[in-house]
Amino acid sequence: MEESQSMTIETGQIGVSELAGTDQFLTFVLAGEEYGVDILRVQEIKGWDAVTHIPNTPEYIRGVMNLRGTIVPIVDLRIRFNMEKLEYGPVTVVIVLRVDNTEGSRIMGIVVDGVSDVYNVSEGDIKPSPDFGSAVNTAFVKGLATVDDKMVIIMDIDQLLNSDELSIMDSMTD
Amino acid sequence: MAKILAVDDSASMRQMVSFTLKGAGFDVVEAADGVEALGKAKSQTFDLVISDVNMPKMDGLTLIKELRKLPAFKFIPMLMLTTESTADKKQEGRAAGATGWIVKPFNPEQLLATIKKVLG
Amino acid sequence: MSIDMKQFLVTFYEESFEGLDTMETELLNLDIGEADSETVNTIFRAAHSIKGGSGTFGLNDVASFTHLMETLLDEVRDGRRQVSQQIVDVLLTSVDVLRDMLSALRDEGEVDMARVQAVQQLLDELLGNEPEAAESAAPQESNSTGAESQGWKIHFRPHPDMLQTGNDPVRMFRELALLGELKIECDTSGLPTLDKLVAEESYLAWNLELHGDVDKASIDVIFEWVEGDCDLVVDPMASQPAAAQTDNTVTEEKKAPEPATSTAKKPPPSEKRHSTTTESSSIRVSIDKIDDLINMMGELVITQSMLSQLGEAEEFETAQIEKLRDGLSQLERNTREMQENVMRIRMLPISFAFQRFPRLVHDLSGTLHKKIELKMSGENTELDKTVMEKIGDPLVHLVRNSIDHGIESPEVRLAAGKDEMGLIELNACHEGGNIIIEIIDDGAGLNRERIIEKAISNGLINEDDSLSDEQIYDLIFQPGFSTAEVVSDVSGRGVGMDVVRRNIRALGGSVEVTSRPGQGSKFTIRLPLTLAILDGQSVRVGNDIYIIPLVSIIESLQVNPADINSLRGSADVYRLRDEYIPIVRVYDIFNVHTEIKNWEDGLLVIVEGEGIKVALFVDDLLGQQQVVIKSLETNFKKVEGISGATILGDGTVALILDIASMIQLSRDNGPEKTPGRQDNAEQAA
Repeated sequence: MEESQSMTIETGQIGVSELAGTDQFLTFVLAGEEYGVDILRVQEIKGWDAVTHIPNTPEYIRGVMNLRGTIVPIVDLRIRFNMEKLEYGPVTVVIVLRVDNTEGSRIMGIVVDGVSDVYNVSEGDIKPSPDFGSAVNTAFVKGLATVDDKMVIIMDIDQLLNSDELSIMDSMTD
Repeated sequence: MAKILAVDDSASMRQMVSFTLKGAGFDVVEAADGVEALGKAKSQTFDLVISDVNMPKMDGLTLIKELRKLPAFKFIPMLMLTTESTADKKQEGRAAGATGWIVKPFNPEQLLATIKKVLG
Repeated sequence: MSIDMKQFLVTFYEESFEGLDTMETELLNLDIGEADSETVNTIFRAAHSIKGGSGTFGLNDVASFTHLMETLLDEVRDGRRQVSQQIVDVLLTSVDVLRDMLSALRDEGEVDMARVQAVQQLLDELLGNEPEAAESAAPQESNSTGAESQGWKIHFRPHPDMLQTGNDPVRMFRELALLGELKIECDTSGLPTLDKLVAEESYLAWNLELHGDVDKASIDVIFEWVEGDCDLVVDPMASQPAAAQTDNTVTEEKKAPEPATSTAKKPPPSEKRHSTTTESSSIRVSIDKIDDLINMMGELVITQSMLSQLGEAEEFETAQIEKLRDGLSQLERNTREMQENVMRIRMLPISFAFQRFPRLVHDLSGTLHKKIELKMSGENTELDKTVMEKIGDPLVHLVRNSIDHGIESPEVRLAAGKDEMGLIELNACHEGGNIIIEIIDDGAGLNRERIIEKAISNGLINEDDSLSDEQIYDLIFQPGFSTAEVVSDVSGRGVGMDVVRRNIRALGGSVEVTSRPGQGSKFTIRLPLTLAILDGQSVRVGNDIYIIPLVSIIESLQVNPADINSLRGSADVYRLRDEYIPIVRVYDIFNVHTEIKNWEDGLLVIVEGEGIKVALFVDDLLGQQQVVIKSLETNFKKVEGISGATILGDGTVALILDIASMIQLSRDNGPEKTPGRQDNAEQAA
């Protein structure tokens, strides 16, 4: 439970990013499906650690965590997508991301089953997503990519992490 | 490397003068008024003094007068930064012992040209 | 070399705004008729600096405007002009205009040129009264009287003390040589015998011949600085020196008519400035504070090395535990001092907030035909910059209120046997971790009957309520207390005292009023010194730890179930001495799971928010500590009942309770206007 291993993704390491039109995606697993996020948005990957619960927020907002002095909200994607809840274990990780919105950007963490890989995907290889009956609302999906015969769902984290209860608008009307 | 004492109560002018001079390779010590300048002059030597005239605590003319009393400052060039370009102000400056003046507003190029003139 | 002047603008704006504030303050200090010369000088200097800087940094409109102010002030300084109310008023208006101009330039906004010109005209008119006002900031380009010639013959004899101005003939000759071919002949005839020679004086003279097509003006420029310190004759090579020519030729030449154009009247700037105004506000910190920090840093390093030595020891002996403890307590002290001093960096004297009041009082008493003296004390009391910025408006409101409603007109005052000059005092001082600001007037005092009348008609109180004076006066801060009749166009545009109180409370402070009929009123504001840290009480609810700001806590107590009444069977109130205080179950309104639901097992913390007392039911009280406030909104958003978060010693996050918002939340939760219903609590668990 209390593991807090931490690793940093060195985006320069893989060195394919200079290929024009190619983006790198970090993929993670959620209920057997593989999802990708733009690696440039990834700030850090850390092990699951105790969070502080915030009153009267939906269950998928697990709470807030101290990330070197910054208070960062943590969202559980399984709960967010109404998937079956999973007991947090040693491989449960939190991916800390930068999320952009109209007002600027915020730092947020997402809880996933585990980190999978880093892929290079050229823009042309991302196909628009049909309504394929995935657990994930297509509004949060940028498209689908096929890597090594596997399907990766490329996520639109700005859409996802600014929606509903996470919307900043809420705080402005306050 | 020539060392210059730059005196002005305006922080922005001081910044500008200092930046310009340092950029040209001079050593610059700043002071915000005559009293501070005099204090610095008593503990170190300079090759040139550039001073604003209108300052609180001790004005530029008094400063120059006082500096001229110090042996190390008897013959070194001292320039006034002045907006008063009328004859009587210049006369006052000279009487106090100023070498010459730079009339505000001036730009960095003008400042450097004048300084190179007196420092040779 | 090209230097971008924009980089100095930030500093320039900052110091100019300071200068304008100084001008304003000192102008208000000026005694009409007999102005103190030091005061006039200070005002002059501020205008002078702004003019010099704006000219240098290319803000020509500002330079030409300030030039007029400076000229006017110069005349006052020289005693050529008496200080009149008119001059003070025009200069005050000019200060406002200048402030607007500079703000607009800084923020790349639009300068209201029509207003600038209007005030410029006022200044011109004032100056125009005196014909000699048109000062000539003489242009540097000299009159080029000299016709082209083959060259010049120059006779140059420095006066004995010329060297003592730092002027060196060699330097001048070097410059002359740049203009054309120079022949130098030294005349040593003036040299005295060795025993009479004073080493610091100059005895030599020179006859120079400068060949080539040289403009006489270029020669004049070279000798400009020694004019008057030497005998100088410059003649065209072709002609013979005229016998009548005197020694001070250069001086004469200079007196040749020059057009009295002012440098300040250069064409207006054509292009708009494109300074990238990054909204980076800065703060000026006195060197002392920084030195303190550096000293403390030094101590910290020593403590650190001592502790690391202990850690490096091969074996840890019991005797070293004592050393370790010493080291740790030293570290604790260092850290605390460091924290205090870092916080002090953000602290500014309250004079920054006070300085606008002399002007305010001056202007308003004029408008209202009242005579008011303003006394300020404790201006050096420091508080956090952010608090300072936020307390400005409430202070203005209270002072306006005192001027408008507090101080009576001179006639009324005289009739009441008072001095016709009213007095408003602004005091500031530190008290514990707080700053106390008092606004005292010696006016009529609050009208008790009128307040009661209003409160009854607005349904705030009932006719048969018996209230103490204190409670009655406090009614003016109530949201429902209609301000329509009380507020004139001076005191506020529909902004009532409730807003003042709300703003002060938002800063974690409080405001109270005391008043005595016929003798005046006193408003007391109490504020935390900083918004960055807060003294908190940690409480536990279920597995969560919350921080309650210590300022909101009245007392904490064990529950005696006998003192709990359930109103209409659903809401609980606690009888504390003579008061009935609604109970808010924290686990209920926050939907937190806890085993502690019986009154006997938990504790009540009596808190007050926005004037309302409630009893928070929590599992347990933990320690009291100072916490550093972190924003939840940076990465998340505002959460009801929570004002922010902090990081505890173990690195975990604890939320800080916002009492006023919690009370609101508890009211919204219940179907009735009573907090903490039992059934709701059960269902939440």
